[in-house]
Amino acid sequence: MSSLPLPARPARRLPLAWPGIAGALVLLFWVAAAAIGPMLLNANGGDLGGGDVFAPASAQHWLGTDYLGRDMLARVIEGARYTVGIALAATLLASSIGTVLALLATVSAPWLDAVLSRGMDTLTSIPSKMLALIMVAAVGSSLGMLVPTAALIYIPGTFRIARSLAVNIHAMDYVTVARTRGEGRLYVMLYEILPNIVGPMLADLGLRFVYVVLLLASLSFLGLGVQPPDADWGSLVRENIGALPDAGAAVLAPALAIASLTIAVNLVIDNLPGRAARGAKGGR
Amino acid sequence: MNALILRLLVNRVALALLSLLVVSAVVFAITAVLPGDAAEAQLGQDATPESLAALRHQMGLDVPALERYFSWLRGMVTGAPGTSVVTGMPVGDMIASRLPNSLVLAGLTTLLAVPLALALGIASAVWRGSWFDRLVSSSAVAVVSVPEFLVATLAVLVFAVQLRWLPALSSGGVDSGASLADMLRAFAMPVLSLCCVTMAQMMRMTRAAVVDQLKAPYIEMVLLKGASPARMVLAHALPNAVGPIANAVALSLSYLLGGVIIVETIFNYPGIASLMVDGVAQRDMPLVQTCAMLFCAVYLLLVTLADLCSIVANPRLRHR
Repeated sequence: MSSLPLPARPARRLPLAWPGIAGALVLLFWVAAAAIGPMLLNANGGDLGGGDVFAPASAQHWLGTDYLGRDMLARVIEGARYTVGIALAATLLASSIGTVLALLATVSAPWLDAVLSRGMDTLTSIPSKMLALIMVAAVGSSLGMLVPTAALIYIPGTFRIARSLAVNIHAMDYVTVARTRGEGRLYVMLYEILPNIVGPMLADLGLRFVYVVLLLASLSFLGLGVQPPDADWGSLVRENIGALPDAGAAVLAPALAIASLTIAVNLVIDNLPGRAARGAKGGR
Repeated sequence: MNALILRLLVNRVALALLSLLVVSAVVFAITAVLPGDAAEAQLGQDATPESLAALRHQMGLDVPALERYFSWLRGMVTGAPGTSVVTGMPVGDMIASRLPNSLVLAGLTTLLAVPLALALGIASAVWRGSWFDRLVSSSAVAVVSVPEFLVATLAVLVFAVQLRWLPALSSGGVDSGASLADMLRAFAMPVLSLCCVTMAQMMRMTRAAVVDQLKAPYIEMVLLKGASPARMVLAHALPNAVGPIANAVALSLSYLLGGVIIVETIFNYPGIASLMVDGVAQRDMPLVQTCAMLFCAVYLLLVTLADLCSIVANPRLRHR
């Protein structure tokens, strides 16, 4: 099958424009902070520094101290673990479930497709924050429940995009050829359709990640997300809102951390080569 | 208005009502079936089977879930959604006392945000590529990609803390008996933050709709026959963009629902969204269910309105 001559590739350029590279660097920084940051700090993030409350930035505390006198830099880096970790887990879960369901809907009987599509449409007609509040009221907001809650909210969006991509691929001649030579549904799903929708789905994954980060930060800010003593960036803003009148670093640092993460991901996606389709997004 | 449009409209409204019914089933399933047995949760682990059974009977948990759903639905529709398990007050009364505040907040935001967003969107579409367009568009992207509470916090920082124009907390309420100036100052911060959140979306969609029209061949024709730029935009492009723009306005107003939850909480505003957040924190299920249904109904209403606008404004359907 692969004996056909491929068209010559155009000369290879840098895969990203400079805003994309800047975004990728910021993103890399936060992922590294979440993965190895707490090990690099000398394990004093949790204990009370005994220092002043809301102290300004100094040589000892680079970002000042929080409402209990803890080092703010350590708190923000520990928060990265929750914000990035939960959002990443939830996004991967939502994206894989959404994609698998979409592939199933594409290759299966029309009635299954109809049931899945209508069901997903219903979930989208509940605003995401409202669904999050209902879920938290019902199952609480332990770390183990926040991930499935956030995933549930964003499955319909990934399903819709994956399905519209998969249906187009499914109508291609080579899929008909595969079916004619007797390949099963699973083979068509995994080897014919999936490789052709994986690129756009990865771009969509980035976009969902931003939505999940924003949703989780908002939930934590309302006091309904990550619970103390653990704290993600949303909870850090909530905890230290008392520093707002003095424009203290304690409240600005976590807020800016959220903004830098979401803007960085947006920059990377916007500058991806080929600009994978961003249309038809389901709203956040 | 012809028969075809009428049929489409009726179809759309019926579909919305059906969605609302299914949404109510989802809300009931999540809040009343998923958490398990409310009686067990209330009595704790060392409850005797007899007292459990008695409480279950008293709470009506011994009837099948489907039957419970229908009686719950009947309560919702007839305006008697039960009593709060925390305060013991009827949920209907609690909501009725808060609803006007939220409506005033949403109304003021709409009055301010819609004209501003439309003007900015149309202006940046006409001058697309200019520094004005780039400034407006990139600030809109920035607002969309940060959480609502960040916008609200920054607004407090700038207007209340640095400039000292406005009070940071809303003493809130419509009937506080304050003077007009005081009321304006109290509403200013919440309305301002909500406006930022909704305007960004609305502006982006308006800009896209108008740019779409301005690229069409007939606009080139208008230019060739020598019409002024103002006439080109107002008399030719805008009438064709009305459908998409109305659609954009209604859709963006549905973003207001998400924003209002954050804004009412951060400014301590006594509205219905902060009532719901308190309800979630205290796990007051009847209150949460009722507020959720209210929000979902408004959301569906706005989304349906958006669809209706684009059906009615579609010239291809109008002149069949």
